[in-house]
Amino acid sequence: MTVTTVELDSRSHQLPAGSAAARLAGLDLAALRARVEAATDADVERALRRAAGGGGAGIGPAGAGPGGWRLDDLAVLLSAPAAARLEELASVAHRLTVRRFGRTVHLFAPLYLSNQCVSVCTYCGFSAGNEIARRTLAVDEVVAEADALLARGFRQVLLVAGEHARIVSKDYLVACVEALAPRVPSLSVEVQVWDTATYRRLVDAGCDGLVVYQEAYDRDTYAACHLKGKKRNYEWRLGAPDRGAEAGMRRLGIGALLGLHPDWRSETLATAAHAVALIHRWWRVEVSVSLPRLRPAAGDFQAGHPLADRDFVQVLCALRVVLPDVGISLSTRESAAFRDALVPLGVTTMSAGSHTEPGGYAGPSDAEPQFEVSDDRSPEVVAATLRRAGYDPVWKDWQRS
Amino acid sequence: MDDRLVIAGRSFGSRLFLGTGKFPSEPSLAAAIAASGTELVTVALRRIDPTAERDILDAVPDGVLVMTNTSGAIDADEAVRLARLARAAGLPTWIKVEVTPDPRYLLPDPVETLRACERLVADGFTVLPYCPADPMLCKHLEEAGCATVMPLGSWIGSNQGLRTRGALEIIVEQALVPVVVDAGIGAPSHAAEALELGADAVLVNTAIGTAADPAAMAGAFRKAVEAGRQARLAGLAAPRVTADASSPLTGFLA
Repeated sequence: MTVTTVELDSRSHQLPAGSAAARLAGLDLAALRARVEAATDADVERALRRAAGGGGAGIGPAGAGPGGWRLDDLAVLLSAPAAARLEELASVAHRLTVRRFGRTVHLFAPLYLSNQCVSVCTYCGFSAGNEIARRTLAVDEVVAEADALLARGFRQVLLVAGEHARIVSKDYLVACVEALAPRVPSLSVEVQVWDTATYRRLVDAGCDGLVVYQEAYDRDTYAACHLKGKKRNYEWRLGAPDRGAEAGMRRLGIGALLGLHPDWRSETLATAAHAVALIHRWWRVEVSVSLPRLRPAAGDFQAGHPLADRDFVQVLCALRVVLPDVGISLSTRESAAFRDALVPLGVTTMSAGSHTEPGGYAGPSDAEPQFEVSDDRSPEVVAATLRRAGYDPVWKDWQRS
Repeated sequence: MDDRLVIAGRSFGSRLFLGTGKFPSEPSLAAAIAASGTELVTVALRRIDPTAERDILDAVPDGVLVMTNTSGAIDADEAVRLARLARAAGLPTWIKVEVTPDPRYLLPDPVETLRACERLVADGFTVLPYCPADPMLCKHLEEAGCATVMPLGSWIGSNQGLRTRGALEIIVEQALVPVVVDAGIGAPSHAAEALELGADAVLVNTAIGTAADPAAMAGAFRKAVEAGRQARLAGLAAPRVTADASSPLTGFLA
């Protein structure tokens, strides 16, 4: 047996000056949150009008800094008076989505490399304490999984793994990307966060996208959910998208796990503020936002603060109208009927036919999934459903040069 | 309310910058500077004559920053040489980069402007480029270390207002440095519009310098700039857009 030593590099709790993370940390989120409660019918009317007019960079209060009006309007559109006008908000969201993205939905698949994990996170099936069947795919098994996905039509693949720096090491991840890059046109990673140098290696190997959910932007909730492991370092994780962009990742995906923190409005505001800060700091990078709602997972976890469907729709539509150019991604955590209904409201990217256990595509796998999939339709059925609704399922939208 | 404009660490109470060309006399320029309330004027190096008994700089009172411009330069080499001459003459190291190889419209050359800015920043100047209203170019200028970007509202001296408005909106939204709309501002209402859409300041010359009463026009611009800025901070209402009826999108919610 080969023993690989894990370097215990000291990861900073400092946020680099000028980074999007630093700007987010400097934002007065409480004041923004207070704006939700203070929103009047007139504020909602104004925000809806502005949204219907396509935003308009030149309109709105300037004091909040670049993109500040977007966050101010988002706060207004997350309010109770805005909830009373949800159908109008949805109508604006629909029109903006069609204008910006057309009637298209991008399809991708997550490819789980490993469910090994040394972190203890209360909401995740892979959490170190859970007594589950663990497995890490060998590189040739990863290729077999990718081939199975390619055969189903997927050309955009997201590599996902638990946090285990020795088993799911940098070298392993680079080897996986190198093996897949000649076959898969678009590759992203959603793995433990790394330093800039490692992200650069992944980019050089052929990875174009980085997905890092902050999980909870609220620090207390973050600390309460992440009990053990390097993931406890909030700042190091918050700075990961900046490091990925610096390393040359072309796409960044961010998000908060809706249901972890009791206040979904403040988490939505923080997510949007993070997106705005990233767009400003890294203007070459395409930023997208995911809206994962917590699902049941191994370890008997239940979302402490489940988000109602109606609130979820408000979050989606409000984000869409204040960030009309940002991709919004929806996973198979949501039910088939709900996903179908959300497409016109602003969703632009979906996973389909997902297996969240390593090895689940090429053949049956006895490894434990990360979460229970709710929409278990095959990718073919999802694509056919989209077509029937008048949408073009887009499998391929990138070519590595 | 504390609403000062900060550029490269220097704070300005006025968001109106003044060009000093085309004035009928030195006293009229001095009167216009006073009436405008400006704290920054640009002067073409080619107009400065240290050997003369008086020159254009004599119209500029103490406390108003003189920013030399490289007007007349047709490429980066010339702009850099003019900037260095200004520094050698003891003028402040704030430089308005103007590279306008086209003598008819005096359009700024984006490629040579960027090259000049990169070299002048490396040389320690505080660089404020006059540039096309191109959002990508503005990001490149910002990354080159420019203290502001100064996109044109329309062709210099044309008095046509903000014909580049759509691009200016994008520039304003993306910029991490102050945005000064330079060129084409022919009336106080144009200046107000620039501040309303989020520009941090405007640079005006022809409209004031060629007015029948430059000082009175300078006063009008001063008020317009203040009004535009105040409106921006107050939060403008968006125009009414009629909603279109469609089948319910949220009917699936119980």
